[in-house]
Amino acid sequence: MTAYGLLIDYEFCTGCQSCEVACKEIHNIPVGQWGIRVLDDGPWECSDGKFNWNKIPTPTRLCDLCVERTDKGQQPFCVHHCLAGVMQWGTVEDLAKELEEKPNQVLFVPKPYQY
Amino acid sequence: MKIFKGQGTADLGKPWRFEEDGLTVTRGCAWSPPGCHPTGCGIKTYVNSNGELVRVEGDENHPITNGRLCVRCLTIRDYVYNPDRVLYPMKRAREDRGKNKWERITWDEAYDTIAEKVKYFKDKYGAESILVMGGTGREGGPMLPAYAHACLGTPNACYTQSGYSCYIPRVAGTTYVMGATYPEMDYAGGLPGRYDDPMFKLPELIVFWGKEPLPSNGDGLFGHAAIDMMRRGSKLMSIDPRVNWVSTRADWHLRLRPGTDAALGMAMLNVIIEEDLYDHDFVDKWCYGFDQLAERVKTMPAEKAAEICGLDAGEIREAARVYAAAKPAQIAWGLAIDQKSNGVQAGHCIMALEAITGNIDVPGGQLIGDVNDGLELGFGWNNLGPELQSKILGIKEYPAYVGLVLNAQCDMVLDALEAGDDAKYYPFKMGVFEDTNFLAGTCAAQPKRWHDAMVKNLEWCFGIDVWMTPTIQATCEIFLPLSSTVEHDTVVYTHYGASPIMAGAVNKSITVGDCKGDCEIFYELGLRCMPINFEKYKDYYDFLADYRLAYKRTFEELREEVVHQKTEMCGYYKYESGRLRPDGMPGFNTPTGRVELYSTMFRQFGEDPLPYYEEPQFSPVSTPDKMEEYPFVLTTGARTYCYFHSEGKQIPYLREMNPDPLIEINPEDALKHGIADGQWVEVASPFGKCVLKAKVSQIVKPGVVHAQHGFWFPEKDPEEPSLYEVWRSNINERIPHFMVGKLGFGAPFKCLICSVKPVSENYDTDMMEVWDHFGKLVI
Ligand code: SF4
Ligand code: SF4
Ligand code: SF4
Repeated sequence: MTAYGLLIDYEFCTGCQSCEVACKEIHNIPVGQWGIRVLDDGPWECSDGKFNWNKIPTPTRLCDLCVERTDKGQQPFCVHHCLAGVMQWGTVEDLAKELEEKPNQVLFVPKPYQY
Repeated sequence: MKIFKGQGTADLGKPWRFEEDGLTVTRGCAWSPPGCHPTGCGIKTYVNSNGELVRVEGDENHPITNGRLCVRCLTIRDYVYNPDRVLYPMKRAREDRGKNKWERITWDEAYDTIAEKVKYFKDKYGAESILVMGGTGREGGPMLPAYAHACLGTPNACYTQSGYSCYIPRVAGTTYVMGATYPEMDYAGGLPGRYDDPMFKLPELIVFWGKEPLPSNGDGLFGHAAIDMMRRGSKLMSIDPRVNWVSTRADWHLRLRPGTDAALGMAMLNVIIEEDLYDHDFVDKWCYGFDQLAERVKTMPAEKAAEICGLDAGEIREAARVYAAAKPAQIAWGLAIDQKSNGVQAGHCIMALEAITGNIDVPGGQLIGDVNDGLELGFGWNNLGPELQSKILGIKEYPAYVGLVLNAQCDMVLDALEAGDDAKYYPFKMGVFEDTNFLAGTCAAQPKRWHDAMVKNLEWCFGIDVWMTPTIQATCEIFLPLSSTVEHDTVVYTHYGASPIMAGAVNKSITVGDCKGDCEIFYELGLRCMPINFEKYKDYYDFLADYRLAYKRTFEELREEVVHQKTEMCGYYKYESGRLRPDGMPGFNTPTGRVELYSTMFRQFGEDPLPYYEEPQFSPVSTPDKMEEYPFVLTTGARTYCYFHSEGKQIPYLREMNPDPLIEINPEDALKHGIADGQWVEVASPFGKCVLKAKVSQIVKPGVVHAQHGFWFPEKDPEEPSLYEVWRSNINERIPHFMVGKLGFGAPFKCLICSVKPVSENYDTDMMEVWDHFGKLVI
């Protein structure tokens, strides 16, 4: 079976949390629970005076990869709304190629949750 | 054409309204409510056969937002069907102010009562006794002067924030210095090919100076366009005391001491002039007063600015060189520049930087609007007549302020409100709150003083809003319910119409209760109170076509087009073609026809015609004796994605993102003062105290703290004296009244001093309480 995933360019993920909230809206997820969560590492200062600050949106066990939408040719709800446009959905094979093209990206291949 | 790879494409090319899976889909642009500046993001609403909104989705057809939405529009369903929303007009007796004793009435009763009161106060005390107060950025914001002049017939509109510390100080500067409104950073918003359009040039450098447009989308700038451009290769420079996320993606980050921007700007100018890095051709042809400016900025060598700003002289020189070398370069300068009494001078420096490096009205630089494109300002002003016009409060004292925005000087308004019948010129008797919740620590310094004066001295008030707010609860006799952006037809225009970007149709798709939009209330109430301004219109849509579209197209035409990119108004180097001046002559729309590095208008208003630096009124330099008691420099009001100032606290998904008002404090300082991350602290300035929750983080430098604004707690007791616990964490109560610049602009919202002490109480929001109150939608 083809595996699907979410590729996120965390160099430019701004932490806007549209992915988080879009997911909660489309799946009716109550407060205190998430289908994807933006983890926050920073800011902390490195010895060269620059700051490290990465926002890493991480799908949780409630992510079903929006199969209902992707079956209809639509983007997953998080991908569609991502303000920085840094999310991609696709087959792991295609996304792995994208991954090779640019550093500071992360590929998640969640096991789809059954709603 | 895709702007980014994950962009949706399923509905590309669909008409403004279509059917899908048994639902009616309407494409439109969003403005407000929910609170936002006129960004006009593309939104699709999905409505079932019962007329209920089932969901929303971003519209991929939108040329700028391409389907993207922020969390405020994503949660719009939780907003429109929120159980806390007010859906009908209501009234209450004056003796019940502060009590939750409202009674439903009809629009007719509401309008009749208001019209009757307007007449009564005009006859008895004069029209100037009616004070119309408004807020920022939402649709009603820019309508504030028109609400006063055209709709109710009083000269006294008032944006209540001390020193009008938002946008207008910048606009005043640009109007007087370059004869145009704020020159937006160019992100190819009006060009059909966007970033790939042959007319556009990608900026080599974007400078964010006291601005973080990603969460704020200030004035309708779609902030994430900067990310689009950075991903295409633009470099970023950030000038900001805080490490905000975007500054960590900048190659240069100047973390200056809050309030010292003018010193930095002067020093950068000096480096560029001394090292001969400026654009001689542009300076010779299009600038006025270069030699005087050069003389003046010599007084601010990089070493001196470094000491003032807390930076390295080398850092300042490098920033100046990098900016001068980048072609094109653009500066987005923000609210932080407005929020100090020296802000007009800081803005003057930034304009001078843009001008002498030849970045004005060039592709990828600063965009200036075509003089033929602007909408007519001052609606209703002429019909007031000279006598009433001359009564607008502050016209003698602050002509550069009052004459430009046709607003009463707001610090003088508070003084007059407090004086009541003993006011210097005349007393205010009737109050109007138009889309503003300024008691909740948004756009007012000393909100409790405003509260006390208004409750005591305003005899009758009405307010317009979506929710019951502490502001209306404390003061009003009538509440008019506002509809949201998916419930009414109107027009959104980027940058209030001033930039050649787009006009968008806000398309109605549902009806909730008996609510009306800002424009509709304005039109209907205006017909009753000031028919002279409204009788000429056939109907609401006729009015809209004039007011927002200058009759260039009808609303019905725009509705089908959804977004109209103003391609016909795009064009650069307009100072050469005569499209910046009403007389069609080449040059800028200033007295000298040039960008005035030496401002003849400032001189005329009694202000120094050249930029200068002035210390904040309270700082380690100007008040060293106070630093033992108040050891921190306090800056306030950074924007978040989840809230529009005081708005959004009832939306559980938004509240969850930022449940409590935070104060950022450096780990070193936290250790020293015994403060743990997440602990509540008492924050005191020379003007009072409040409690906030500590966020221990290197976002701020040691010695600087940043406090969030606009908090109230709609799940708490609505009545006086609690008013939704509005005073508990109100940081604006810590900001002084009437410490403004010479022209009346700018107050120290972002450069004050304070102390921070841990407290043992815990005020954490219980998200289950919020969920219980607001989670169950009423459909
Ligand atoms: S793919 Fe769908 S389910 Fe998964 S995180 Fe995105 S929106 Fe949520
Ligand atoms: S929506 Fe996009 S930019 Fe925003 S937090 Fe999620 S991945 Fe990051
Ligand atoms: S920026 Fe404004 S219009 Fe755009 S999605 Fe957010 S709230 Fe809506």
